Amino acid sequence: MDALLQLNAVSQAYAGKPVIDNMSFQLAEGEIACLLGSSGCGKTTVLRCIAGFEALRGGDIRLNGERIAAPGYNKPAHLRAVGMVFQDYALFPHLDVAANVGFGLRGLADAERKARVGLMLEVVGLSALAGAYPHELSGGQQQRVALARALAPRPRLLLLDEPFSNLDVDLRQRLSHEVRGILKEQGMTAIMVTHDQQEAFAMADKVGVMHHGHLQQWASPYQLYHEPASRYVADFIGQGAFVPAVISGPQCVTLEVGEYCSLTPLAYPVGAQVDVLLRPDDVVHDDHSALTATVKGKVFMGSEFMYTLQLPSGQQVLAQVPSHHNHAIGEAIGIRLELDHLIAFAR
Amino acid sequence: MSFEPQGLKADNPPFDFRLHFSMPSVFRRWRWPLVALLISLLTLIPLAVIVLSSLTPDPVIWQHLLDYALPELLNNTLWLVLGVAAGVLLLGVPLAWLVAVYDFPGRKHFNWALMLPLAMPAYVMAFTQVGLFDFSGPVQTLLRAHFDNTRWFPPIRSTGGLVLVMSLAFYPYVYLLARNAFSTMGRRALEVGQTLGLSRSAGFWRIALPMARPWIMGGLILALMETLADFGTVSIFNFDAFTTAIYKAWFSLFSLDTAKQLASLLVALIFVMVALEQYARGRRAYVQAGRAAPLPRLRLAGARAWLASGYALLVLVLAFVLPFGQLLVWSWGALEQEWNEALFGYALRSVTLSMMAALMIVCIALLLSYARRRDGGALVRLLARVATLGYAVPGTVLAVGIFVPVAWLDNVLIERFFAGQDVTAVLKGTLAVMLLAYVSRFLAVGYSAVDAAMNRITRSQEEAARNLGYSGFALLRHVHLPLLQGGLLTGVLMVFVDVMKEMPITMMTRPFGWDTLAVRIYGLTSEGVFDQAALPAVVLVLVGLIPTLLLSRQKDVA
Amino acid sequence: MNKKVLLASLLAVFAGSAAAEEIVVYSSRAEQLIKPLFDAYSKETGVAIKVISDKEGPLMERLKAEGSNSPADIFLTVDAGNLWKAEDMGLFQPVKSAVLNGNIPANLRDPDNNWFGLSVRARTIFYNKNTVKPAQLASYEDLASPKWKGKLCLRSSKNVYNQSLVATMIADIGPVATERMVKGWVNNLATAPFGNDTAVLEAIAAGQCDVGLANTYYYGRIVAKNPGFPVSPFWANQAGKGTHVNVSGAGIVRYAKNVKGAVKLLEWLSSDKAQNMFADVNFEYPANPKVKADALVASWGNFKHNLINVKVAGSKQAEAVMLMDRVGYK
Repeated sequence: MDALLQLNAVSQAYAGKPVIDNMSFQLAEGEIACLLGSSGCGKTTVLRCIAGFEALRGGDIRLNGERIAAPGYNKPAHLRAVGMVFQDYALFPHLDVAANVGFGLRGLADAERKARVGLMLEVVGLSALAGAYPHELSGGQQQRVALARALAPRPRLLLLDEPFSNLDVDLRQRLSHEVRGILKEQGMTAIMVTHDQQEAFAMADKVGVMHHGHLQQWASPYQLYHEPASRYVADFIGQGAFVPAVISGPQCVTLEVGEYCSLTPLAYPVGAQVDVLLRPDDVVHDDHSALTATVKGKVFMGSEFMYTLQLPSGQQVLAQVPSHHNHAIGEAIGIRLELDHLIAFAR
Repeated sequence: MSFEPQGLKADNPPFDFRLHFSMPSVFRRWRWPLVALLISLLTLIPLAVIVLSSLTPDPVIWQHLLDYALPELLNNTLWLVLGVAAGVLLLGVPLAWLVAVYDFPGRKHFNWALMLPLAMPAYVMAFTQVGLFDFSGPVQTLLRAHFDNTRWFPPIRSTGGLVLVMSLAFYPYVYLLARNAFSTMGRRALEVGQTLGLSRSAGFWRIALPMARPWIMGGLILALMETLADFGTVSIFNFDAFTTAIYKAWFSLFSLDTAKQLASLLVALIFVMVALEQYARGRRAYVQAGRAAPLPRLRLAGARAWLASGYALLVLVLAFVLPFGQLLVWSWGALEQEWNEALFGYALRSVTLSMMAALMIVCIALLLSYARRRDGGALVRLLARVATLGYAVPGTVLAVGIFVPVAWLDNVLIERFFAGQDVTAVLKGTLAVMLLAYVSRFLAVGYSAVDAAMNRITRSQEEAARNLGYSGFALLRHVHLPLLQGGLLTGVLMVFVDVMKEMPITMMTRPFGWDTLAVRIYGLTSEGVFDQAALPAVVLVLVGLIPTLLLSRQKDVA
Repeated sequence: MNKKVLLASLLAVFAGSAAAEEIVVYSSRAEQLIKPLFDAYSKETGVAIKVISDKEGPLMERLKAEGSNSPADIFLTVDAGNLWKAEDMGLFQPVKSAVLNGNIPANLRDPDNNWFGLSVRARTIFYNKNTVKPAQLASYEDLASPKWKGKLCLRSSKNVYNQSLVATMIADIGPVATERMVKGWVNNLATAPFGNDTAVLEAIAAGQCDVGLANTYYYGRIVAKNPGFPVSPFWANQAGKGTHVNVSGAGIVRYAKNVKGAVKLLEWLSSDKAQNMFADVNFEYPANPKVKADALVASWGNFKHNLINVKVAGSKQAEAVMLMDRVGYK
């Protein structure tokens, strides 16, 4: 068993209402994972269970093979060597930056601690602010102090709870790359919780999509996007439209615009009614195509337009089109579908 | 402890399931309820002595009370509580708001001066105010020199007068706690309100006030508990309140049992009051995340500025300048008689006792507050409530409730270890018992200050520290203590001032010869010689001013 | 056994043990009024006196709770009602002392010698010299007459002195007449009852009312400082049973450790020398009839005391309180 962290059938409930239901996943050493989901899906509770702030209802959690949580047993948080970065940073206002960062380094000799704090501040780029107090820092700086403080004691696992949600978008993107860089450089295993896909995709090696306490899928970002395991994941990750179709062969479906065949087999019998997921990048603009659709809406995204197109049946799909193709609303444009990976769900 | 580097952790010992179900984990589960229980015993035992020893009512006396005393008593108590509640809120909250959010002439001085009445015992305030404003007092005498009569002058010895005097004496509790709440978030609340389209006054009502509610209610409950437990003030006003009925049943009808039954009823009433507040507060939490840098105050101009200064000045004059002035005048007359070395002895003992009691009480309050923080269960919450009930019990009744079990224990100890010897006391009359008695009386004061500060530590701050390897008392020492500094100091100072003013428990439990300023004042006022009592009262107020002034400089409290 | 001895000696470090040459007094009489006497006694005899001051109620509960382990030898308090109550609770032991019986008249001590009055105060009528002629005054009952409507000042009925006065009246004229009298007082009140006697006297002086009831020593304290105070005492009920008097007094505690010394102290307190001090320091009348009152007190003239035993103030106190409650005397 070489997974650093294992959750086996973990369940948790508040006042009889399940918050996490039978959740299992594994994380290898050095991997960065993201738990993704809308608010209230239970993703923060998962972090708090791993950190040791919540007791389990069922299942168990193992860290390095050691069982750290099970119903009736909860290894105290302070003995788990699991670090955490909080959404509100939770810095100590009575301590300066250096003391905040050194807070978890009690066992070390003075010189050693100083060195470690200095190193951590260097890592997060705040060496100049060692003597500042939290309220004198900007949000991004506070964030980095919180990260440095959590990393300083070399935890076996780092948890990040919506760490960028209090920051502006620009800073958020920059910082998420920076944090990933720092974590990778430190060889840190980490789990982050977020509701922002971009952030999850930018940070994570593995992403877990949660919905109503269920782990819908645990996979790489690429897999999530291209091989969603459920209709919910397909809908939640990325954009797209579900188009009705009938299975017409082991690898083929018939849509209103024709028959398409996948490179991989489909798990439905011929004749079954299904919905096929059309991603915006599956719908390609082609002036020469006989198939046309009417532009119903468009959003300018810089290098591309996101068009909302209406097929003859009234069915709407999204199309991602290079932005030099500027069409007016109401105009009919030629399209073609590129469906190498067919994603279909029973209707 | 700090974490070991990851590499060393590779071969963790296999997890032993049984180990974690052994005794220590049971202890761990009940550790905090146990701490809370031990602390609340200090109050529970005296309360039990009061309640349990008086289960059978005396039918003759109760019939008499029901016919002639209780209806009026309840009515009086209701109006007194409502009146003082309205009074302390009307005085305390607006003053706190003005001082915390606005700038106006004299603000800096009002900021601390408005806390001065805290140093003056309510009964001293009462006899000076009555002395000043009654028919035969200097104010009406002066008025009569210019007008035909002063029949139009509102009588000070009335329900209204009592409510006014008690409000003036007790508003600083509300002022102090509300001011601290407002100064940390008042201005921000206004800004948030304005962004939501609320005017400044609407922002005060809809945002600042509800946000400051736990602090305001904390101050209000302290004020009301003191009101209900007060005997000295109401007896100067000859007002029929719960305490006077308790004393009447005890001293005049010679039925201590009836007195205890009435006291039990009073405690029950207060418990209901506190519980109702708790219930009304519901599940709302009032944690403030992080701390914004303080915002500059809004400058009031023109008439509004002078109105603000005028109001603050009026309250200050009525609540402190006038009564203190009267005390000074009186004590000048009795200076020769009363100014002697003994006075320094009283003052020194008062300070020593109050300091020891204050430190002890705040330590215990911290422990209790921390227990509640660590274990949010209903049991610990209930125990914390019970432990702080002593503040609402009339002092003399509580003193008996404390003395009876101590004397009983002494009798047992003497019988067992000193039979036939010339020993009459083991524990009673010792400083330790006296201090424990103060704990059961004043824990509410220390607790409210500490707990208010505790509530401002966010859960994530605690969790961050636990993540970083802190737990139990290390967590308390490294996270809570530094963050609570302000609240702890507030608690120490408030308890100090309160113990200085305390009489019944001091008299009942003090070691031989431990005469304090309050004891001296009691001796003189019980004989009606208020002018002689004035000098020790002045010294009491002056000594009380030191912590009050320190308290006012305390920026970051509660 | 060994353990017991060890623990005992450990506890003994904290235990206060009373020395033989020491007398412990529990007192509810204000400390400044008794301290000079005790100091004089200690100087004269070398006996140390320890005083614990508190209100009478807590002191009695304290004695009761301590039981046989009480350090107290003497319980000293004011008002016969309180002395009666202490006796009723069994806190005293009877004393056989020819000296005490000789010094203290029978109406000022317990018939069973449980306690002895040590100073006498009269509770009588006071009037404003400018508005009232002494000829208009007569008795406590007369203050209920409609002619005093709006002109009477009283202290609270919660005060033990008023309770004792009314209790004595119940014994003298019966509950029905007493109730009628107190009702008349309430109707005649010029203002709400006061919290203390001094305030009553000051209200009379200021003209808020013309007449009122107070203890003589409160008047003495004011007049000693302000000889021009426009208020005079009037000796009530001289045509009847006499003016109501009450005592401050003391008894030997049932479990006293130093009975002999305590009795000696009481005897000394009843002696000529001590009686002067005891009474004069507070403008009271000595209980010992052989001792002359202070010059100021004597200047108020001689008067007929009500000779009913002051004990009645205690035995009828609860009845008096209920009576006053019934007629709405606050």
